[in-house]
Amino acid sequence: MIEEEISLEVFEHLAQLAALQLGPDETLYLHQQLNSQLRVIRELAAIPLEEDLPSTAHGVLFTPEISPEPRPDIWEPCADVTDILAQVPRLRDGYIVVPGIPHTTLE
Amino acid sequence: MDPCDFSAFDLARQIRQRQISAVEVLDACLKRIDQVDGRPGRLDFDSPQPDDAHRVHAFILLNAEQARDRAMEIDRRLAAGEDPGPLAGVPFTVKDIFCVKGTPTTAASRTLADFVAPYTATPVIRLEAAGAIMLGKVNLDEFTFGSSNESSVFLPVPRNPWDTGHVPGGSSGGSAAAVAAGEAPLSLGTDTAGSIRQPAAFCGVVGLKPTYGRVSRYGLIAFASSLDCPGPLARNVTDAALMLQSIAGPDPHDATAVRVAVPDYVGELSENVRGLRVGLSPDYFRIVFPNPATGELEIQPLPAEIEAAVRHAADRLADCGVEIIEDIPLPNTRHGIPAFFVISRVEAASNLHRYDGVKYGYRDPARVDDVHKLYRKTRDVSFGIQPKLRILMGMYVSAAQYAEQYYLRALKVRTLIRRDFEQIFDPAGRYRLDALLTPTTPTAAFPMSAVYGDSVLMQYADQLTVPANHAGIPALTLPGGLTTAELPIGIQFLGPDFSEGRLLRLGRAYELATASESWRAIRPKVLRPLQ
Repeated sequence: MIEEEISLEVFEHLAQLAALQLGPDETLYLHQQLNSQLRVIRELAAIPLEEDLPSTAHGVLFTPEISPEPRPDIWEPCADVTDILAQVPRLRDGYIVVPGIPHTTLE
Repeated sequence: MDPCDFSAFDLARQIRQRQISAVEVLDACLKRIDQVDGRPGRLDFDSPQPDDAHRVHAFILLNAEQARDRAMEIDRRLAAGEDPGPLAGVPFTVKDIFCVKGTPTTAASRTLADFVAPYTATPVIRLEAAGAIMLGKVNLDEFTFGSSNESSVFLPVPRNPWDTGHVPGGSSGGSAAAVAAGEAPLSLGTDTAGSIRQPAAFCGVVGLKPTYGRVSRYGLIAFASSLDCPGPLARNVTDAALMLQSIAGPDPHDATAVRVAVPDYVGELSENVRGLRVGLSPDYFRIVFPNPATGELEIQPLPAEIEAAVRHAADRLADCGVEIIEDIPLPNTRHGIPAFFVISRVEAASNLHRYDGVKYGYRDPARVDDVHKLYRKTRDVSFGIQPKLRILMGMYVSAAQYAEQYYLRALKVRTLIRRDFEQIFDPAGRYRLDALLTPTTPTAAFPMSAVYGDSVLMQYADQLTVPANHAGIPALTLPGGLTTAELPIGIQFLGPDFSEGRLLRLGRAYELATASESWRAIRPKVLRPLQ
């Protein structure tokens, strides 16, 4: 059953999963807009769908005739290592520096 | 007439015949930018100045010196008897969502404000290989998320050259505004729900969303990867054909760039349109309007001026021998926006997860002891409100407990939208259409700030363009007249997969059939003091 609204509790859980730290004004606005959008999205539920209707991931059908050949699986050195590493916000001796990564026990 | 007001086709011809130099053309464009553009968009915007409201502000980055070096090189090559290519010396701008090596590539976001691309997008490489000259990067909605260009964090945001109190549309608003104001004859944009066609319509220029896979997405910062299409914004249909000719084709760097031969789009423009079957659909003459007071979706007729422009285009095409077929059913058109709200948000959320402050892009400078705190702080500061909105909705509708009702259902609705088009374009079917003629947008350009903030109303600005993105088919918008307030109206041709050549041919036929109409002599307001 589709829920009527995104509750504030669910909203805050989503924000945590999305790694977003939101202020009160942002929370108010985003929560309200999400529910406005959800009202529109709920229109989808009223559309009759055939039981065996396939999904469409791309509009254009990628047949073998038009699909590109897969590239050969051959390792090649990257020509732009310096340019790429120059974009790293914190780098030391060629390594990316990050704060501590907390241990997580997978369930 | 200034050289910057010539078409790309005419400029390339004159430059190649050495009737004018590439440097002279560049200088004319730079002079025009100086006259009309005002301050470029900046992250460290101080405060609005009175003059800002009367300028176009298309640019984020002007590459004048590099462009001059390139123009001189083109002139040298021509003097040496070499052929620099079909776009020799023609300036173009690039929506700042494409990577260009050694150039800041911002996506109009704080996230990438200091990012310098280590490689160049395939369409840009191809334009330069054809002799075109990149003049600079132009503004857009943040990460392309919007239909007015007001979500850019690089301020001042672009304004419509026809009336600077109105939006240029979006997300390729800087591209459309730059072409309309004569700052450069071509711009490379992207279209995910209408982001080439809607601003092109609002600014009175030509915009083409190619078939999905016709143009490589390599080097494009992704919004919704199954919908994004790079394509041209241009002054006229011939220029759009010329530009598409250069950028289309397979690319080993993009597994979705198809192996389909690129036709001679420019050569085909002169072929006759007599006997082509073009449809009109009642489903494109009524619009869905979200009532701001109740939140309910109401069906309204299309504004009379816009419907009249489409019917006038049909009459002119009929004069050319085109067969106009009325009452074409496209019943799933109205589901385009609800499905887009789901599919695009899921794909956007996925694409935006990469911005974590670790590998590239903004990283919050505060010292934290936990990488999760770094992610949250960085994403909070660096993303604007529109990326956050898309991430949250994308995560919600793809969550395990909701995916069946929302995401998987939206993908099936996408099948229905695609099926609508397959049925009307089927050569053995009931309608056997060669193309469909529709309005491009439900309204002309709206005033600045009139819609921004209402994410539902803003999304419905794309309701007539988004079906082509779901279906993957090509769509061409071109100017179809002016409203009584002298704002441009766009008309749109849609066709089956890889029918760009036919759509361009119809567009060219319409341009020729209406060449003497009085509205074509009216120029954007920002250019009138220059006459």
